[in-house]
Amino acid sequence: MSITRSTDTAGTKQHPVRRRDRNGTVAATSVLYAVLIALAVIYIFPFLVQVATSFKSETEAAQSPVSLVPQVWTTAAYRGLFAHSDFPVWFKNSAIVTVCVTLGRVFFDSLAGYALARLHFRGRGAIYAGLIAVMSVPGVVLLIPKFLVLNQVGIYDSYTGMIVPLLTDAAGVFIMKNFFESVPISVEEQARIDGAGTFRVFWSIVLPMSRPALMTIIILSFQGSWNELSHFIVSTQSPALTTLTKGVASLASGQLGGPTQYPLKLAAAALMTIPVAVMFFIFQRRIMNATEGAVKG
Amino acid sequence: MSANAVRSRSGIHGHETASGWLFTGPVLFLLGLFLVIPVLMALWVSFSDWGGRGSPFSAGVHFIGFDNYSKLLAGGGLAEQDFGTSLRNNAWYVVLVVPLQTALSLFLAVLVNRAVLRGRGFFRTAFYFPSVTSSVAITVLWLFLFSSTGSVNKLLSYIGITGPNWFNEPSGILHDLLGVFGVQNGPAFLTGGTFLGISWWDWLAGPSVAMSAYIIMGIFTTSGTFMLLFIAALQNLDRDVTEAAMVDGANGWQRFWQVTLPQLRPTLFTVLTLGLIGCWQVFDQIYTGTQGAPDKTTLTPAYLSYQAAFQDQGWGQGAAIAFILFVIIVFFTLFQRWVLRERKVSRRKMRPYLSVGTGSSGVPAGAAAAGPPPTPDGERR
Repeated sequence: MSITRSTDTAGTKQHPVRRRDRNGTVAATSVLYAVLIALAVIYIFPFLVQVATSFKSETEAAQSPVSLVPQVWTTAAYRGLFAHSDFPVWFKNSAIVTVCVTLGRVFFDSLAGYALARLHFRGRGAIYAGLIAVMSVPGVVLLIPKFLVLNQVGIYDSYTGMIVPLLTDAAGVFIMKNFFESVPISVEEQARIDGAGTFRVFWSIVLPMSRPALMTIIILSFQGSWNELSHFIVSTQSPALTTLTKGVASLASGQLGGPTQYPLKLAAAALMTIPVAVMFFIFQRRIMNATEGAVKG
Repeated sequence: MSANAVRSRSGIHGHETASGWLFTGPVLFLLGLFLVIPVLMALWVSFSDWGGRGSPFSAGVHFIGFDNYSKLLAGGGLAEQDFGTSLRNNAWYVVLVVPLQTALSLFLAVLVNRAVLRGRGFFRTAFYFPSVTSSVAITVLWLFLFSSTGSVNKLLSYIGITGPNWFNEPSGILHDLLGVFGVQNGPAFLTGGTFLGISWWDWLAGPSVAMSAYIIMGIFTTSGTFMLLFIAALQNLDRDVTEAAMVDGANGWQRFWQVTLPQLRPTLFTVLTLGLIGCWQVFDQIYTGTQGAPDKTTLTPAYLSYQAAFQDQGWGQGAAIAFILFVIIVFFTLFQRWVLRERKVSRRKMRPYLSVGTGSSGVPAGAAAAGPPPTPDGERR
């Protein structure tokens, strides 16, 4: 709801501007819309081509790569994907990892965020500084290191090794911390006077109030872990643990020697996009807002 | 705040210390185990001759000083050449993607931010959607779009251009451009000298055609995210400054460059830094797509590091590449911070535009408007 409000204020903000430069607005507006529509076409067109091509035959995909309507509709690509590849296994693995990671992040990030926002304790400043420092380590530096540790700890090539390292993220902690700081403290005071412990106050009073922030974490971690590739490359090797990203990447690169199989590859890519796309369209407004909030914090 | 202070004085302090560490414990433990310790371990590996078998701390593994690093930076062999090539490729990627995606995302944000615009939501969605899809899926799509019989070449053929076989074309686009004017070989002073195992002439080849397809993809996928950051910044702009400039007769173009853009400086910094950090880490796309081919022109340090360690079992080498990359990223981030720092001059120039309230977002508009009437006209020139 907050989004609607912010759009409205933006509207009123701009009003005087609109009133003043009215001259020549019709021409300017048409140019604006022409540019916007052209850009929108460029951004959307690839995805339309993708879906269309996944329903084409291999020869048609090569002959008419621009047409958005297949001359002959065929679901061969999708059938091939389910009959002759491990696509269902990949999908299952991605789903398991994504659900676990998302739940974990919601719990651990909010727990730590609450402590940083509300609890006064020795070492809080150090923890805060440490998290900031950790956030600035570029992920690509971690490919080899992660493998080394997973191996040493003995969880290489297991669900544990895929999930546990992703269970927390510093950015999520900061999002939660910022949100908790905006919650009026009087709410908790009452519960404390009634004798509730710290965890109790957190769990039954503050957390249920934090739906907007929790939704942000859910969306970001869902998207992040569903799309994650490099961590799974270095933490697994067995086919039974292959995720969608890893599997589809192997489809794309591994079989370049043979037939191009573009309809099959594009079908796989389209299917793996669906969950994120559904999430995106359901929570669109919040996602638009979430990214803004994440960076402000 | 005051409530906090009261509470901490009332003696629950010790109790809160325990819960504080308990609450942050899981995060600290996991980040320590999978972020801090790994980095230290890899640092050790980059100074060792560990070959991937057994523990990197076992007795058979030796400290070899800067051997791994010197092989990459001055070895004169294939390792140095590959590393130089990967740096060259990635540098061109950065040089083209970072400015273009920043400019494009700002442009999109300014277009979409108009209050009068109909279908704002639609346009924002269209521009942002590529950012939520996975890099693997986008790369697969790109391999098709830019294949020799793909959509891009088909579209180019409509205007009479025969497109290249994008992902199989190793020639650099600047060299290609010079080729149009008949220049095939570089001057001696460029072909003679080398840096990191490749000649200056090759450094200046520009991104290969294959890499250019990745560059277009990079711009396509990230412009939406950064557009959102700019939209947020635009909506927080101090409206009074813009109004003042308008009263003074500044046209839209002048308002953008002299009023809006200076105020966007912090966001600009964020976008440039995030872009820079992201662009030096290109990995997923290369792994999914060309894996360094054609002719190593899409090799990036991130991918080379992975390849050296996991495929060629050169763990020390791979770790060393990763740390050099780390240093590069830190260096550029600091450099950018320095370039975009607040300068005295621009401050003075901006002061007339800034009314009392800027900086603290909480100041009501009335208070800001009550400030001294801005007289920017004389100052602006």
